[in-house]
Amino acid sequence: MNFTLHIWRQENAKAKGRFETYTVEDISDECSFLEMLDILNEKLTTNKIAHPVCFDNDCREGICGMCGLYINGRPHGNDDGITTCQLHMRKFHDGDEIWIEPWRAKPFPVIKDLVVDRTAFDKIIQAGGYISTTTGGVPDANSIPVSKEQYEQAMDAAACIGCGACVAACKNASAMLFVGAKVSHLAILPQGKVEALDRVQKMVCKMDELGFGSCTNTYACEAECPKQIKRQNIARLNRQWIGSIFGNDHKK
Amino acid sequence: MILDSKIPEGPLSEKWTNYKATQKLVNPANKRKLNIIVVGTGLAGASAAASLGALGFNVDIFCIQDSPRRAHSIAAQGGINAAKNYQNDGDSVERLFRDTIKGGDYRAREANVYRLAEVSNDIIDQCVAQGVPFARDYGGLLDNRSFGGAQVSRTFYARGQTGQQLLLGAYSALSREIARGSVKLHERQEMLELVLVKDKDGKERARGIITRNLVTGKLERYAAHAVVLATGGYGNVYYLSTNAMNSNGSAAWTCHKKGALFANPCYVQIHPTCIPVHGEYQSKLTLMSESLRNDGRIWVPKKLEDAEAVRNHTKKPEDIPEEDRDYYLERRYPAFGNLVPRDVASRAAKERCDAGYGGATGLAVYLDFSDAIKRLGKDVVAQRYGNLFQMYQKITDLNPYETPMRIYPAIHYTMGGLWVDYELQTTIPGLFAAGEANFSDHGANRLGASALMQGLADGYFVLPYTLQNYLADQIYVGGISDQTPEFDEAEQKALEKEQRVMNIHGTKSVDHFHKALGHIMWEYVGMARNTESLNTAIQKIDELEAEFWKDTYVPGTIDEFNPELEKAYRLADYFELAHLIATDALHREESCGGHFRTEHQTEDGETQRDDEKFMYVAAWEYKGHHQPEEMSREDLNYEHIKIAKRNYK
Repeated sequence: MNFTLHIWRQENAKAKGRFETYTVEDISDECSFLEMLDILNEKLTTNKIAHPVCFDNDCREGICGMCGLYINGRPHGNDDGITTCQLHMRKFHDGDEIWIEPWRAKPFPVIKDLVVDRTAFDKIIQAGGYISTTTGGVPDANSIPVSKEQYEQAMDAAACIGCGACVAACKNASAMLFVGAKVSHLAILPQGKVEALDRVQKMVCKMDELGFGSCTNTYACEAECPKQIKRQNIARLNRQWIGSIFGNDHKK
Repeated sequence: MILDSKIPEGPLSEKWTNYKATQKLVNPANKRKLNIIVVGTGLAGASAAASLGALGFNVDIFCIQDSPRRAHSIAAQGGINAAKNYQNDGDSVERLFRDTIKGGDYRAREANVYRLAEVSNDIIDQCVAQGVPFARDYGGLLDNRSFGGAQVSRTFYARGQTGQQLLLGAYSALSREIARGSVKLHERQEMLELVLVKDKDGKERARGIITRNLVTGKLERYAAHAVVLATGGYGNVYYLSTNAMNSNGSAAWTCHKKGALFANPCYVQIHPTCIPVHGEYQSKLTLMSESLRNDGRIWVPKKLEDAEAVRNHTKKPEDIPEEDRDYYLERRYPAFGNLVPRDVASRAAKERCDAGYGGATGLAVYLDFSDAIKRLGKDVVAQRYGNLFQMYQKITDLNPYETPMRIYPAIHYTMGGLWVDYELQTTIPGLFAAGEANFSDHGANRLGASALMQGLADGYFVLPYTLQNYLADQIYVGGISDQTPEFDEAEQKALEKEQRVMNIHGTKSVDHFHKALGHIMWEYVGMARNTESLNTAIQKIDELEAEFWKDTYVPGTIDEFNPELEKAYRLADYFELAHLIATDALHREESCGGHFRTEHQTEDGETQRDDEKFMYVAAWEYKGHHQPEEMSREDLNYEHIKIAKRNYK
């Protein structure tokens, strides 16, 4: 298969970006999208046409959350429940034009080409996305039963890979699905309940401070999440938030 | 060099207790004055940094990705072992210890493995307290599954994403310490050099690192009282592996070049259940969790004509009747069946495919769930393995509920690594190695679900003790300056490393050479090795290396975000490492675990150890580029366990 690629190129955070057009030929339909970009880079490098296109990637099996490209207007491309590295060229047609962009969101500034800075997500977790334990001195793992249903719900939320597709998909660049997933994961489990109300306050405040937008309930995030994290987690976040205002005895 | 493993006195089961009771400690006020560098944020690095930070030390932690949560521990699927015996099926610390020693084919250090089994239960408690959502049964208690090399169910899991959940647990503990200010995070930073400083007592100690800021290209200096290396394994020397694209062996290799001995490099694990290779452009291989072998049955066609028919698509594997299928693992190993250890399962698959019975491209066997679906129903199978099935279908476009999975062995894990003593200290004082980066616990073959266990054991429960024992003497040193001739020199070396690959100005890409190296390694230093193949490998590696230094082209400059440059200086190290792997494999004239020498096998094709000659750890010392490395031996003394033939029949 042959493709025409329009790729966002930008030297660094301060430079002005632009689309450049390249072509790739004889691509197998079993080839993954990132392998197709590898082939392009090999061509650009060895023929000294241009510097290779920079894009983040690591595990290439859909779990590390490192890759993330906006492909033909969709985060992670035109398939459901996958990351960019799991997208295969069989999802395209011979001769297709493909537009490739980085995540577009103010809290994720471009580093180079298709690579963005997502450290804002780490900062939100640092604000409270944990249970305050230190190593050692904890009870036996089976001392507190957790119902199968709670486990399933917590696990559904905990499956988030922190790739940022939810933010990229949102017209407001809201991080509500990301934050909702972590708040839910920990609030559902008995171990995480103790700090739940403080946690939601801290994480939401940090999210606002870092410049993420508000949620207007269009659920583009849910539609594009590679791990299919549900919008119910946003609802749970909202309930926790209200609870933290009206029901938090510790609130200063 | 004489290797002192510093194994504590006393009976095996009391060694760790005795060590902890008599080791040196650092008082809380002094902890604040001591700095520790941790390189790597996988299970071992993140758990170590979080634990050390919580104790009150000042920790700097580094990762090459944009966030600590990306480390490749995240991709571990199946589970983590512990000797909880929640299933009442006969498990105990002693049994986990014995299974691990046997699984490693009697090539691991007894005392380390026993300690690993001992602390395994604490890990599960710790993770649950952090909010790791391990699978539960209907009563709300923790569920277990079985993994290869064990006859008990001791593996804890979180769907097919156990590594992810454990890493996120360690990452959350780390994030808490970062928020408290005890740990400083440096993301997108790669360690290029280790800094050694000679103290007043004339002894050289690890005192810092030089890193490259991968965004700006700037070299940076970090000084500390001790350095912990938790940078994972070197499986990517084979190019195609289940490792992440950026996983690399360079940090460990840099330490090796500075004097840290490298142990057992030839012990490489080849995982039996990976999605087969499909094309020359392929960048990596995807693992299908060992947990699938709980319910999946592995087979190839019994008749050669059937094998041929499935290869040229005139027959579908699901149409081959039961009586014409050869469940070769169940046939050869009735006691363990599909749950034999990884090295055994991998070799058996290769044997069948080499004999012409492979499906698909000829290099594939079938992992079949039709029995499980009949027995349990599609829903239960989906509940257990749904995400793995989805992953398989996305990659191959085949539906594993309807047609058996195609699988083939692939490079997965490296048991070899930096030599460490009982305290996880390398031969360089003040340099510690944890997790896959060290060699210590898995002998010649690692059992499934034991990598997560070891990474977290090292980070949560071993280093916080042993590092303190070392640091107790370091309070007299005072603050460490990074403005010294030693740091100047190390920074200069790091710069030369970058410039050297940048200045080749050849014509071929780095990947071109990496793929070629991978082919050599897989072909000649892969699942089956012999004197001839290894000698060929060494010659070919050296030739390729020479070509690399003449004809590579690295675009861009050193002062910018430049992934091609990163790949180039990492590959430069891989050539030397590949040479050492082949050398080690050549010297070890026996077969054990993942190291299979075709000259040394039993009549029925099993590994043939030579305990008389090779019951030792081979630790290699760097002597300069292309100089033969010098081998030191650490003899393995089994005081507790009775050595036996490894039998899974």
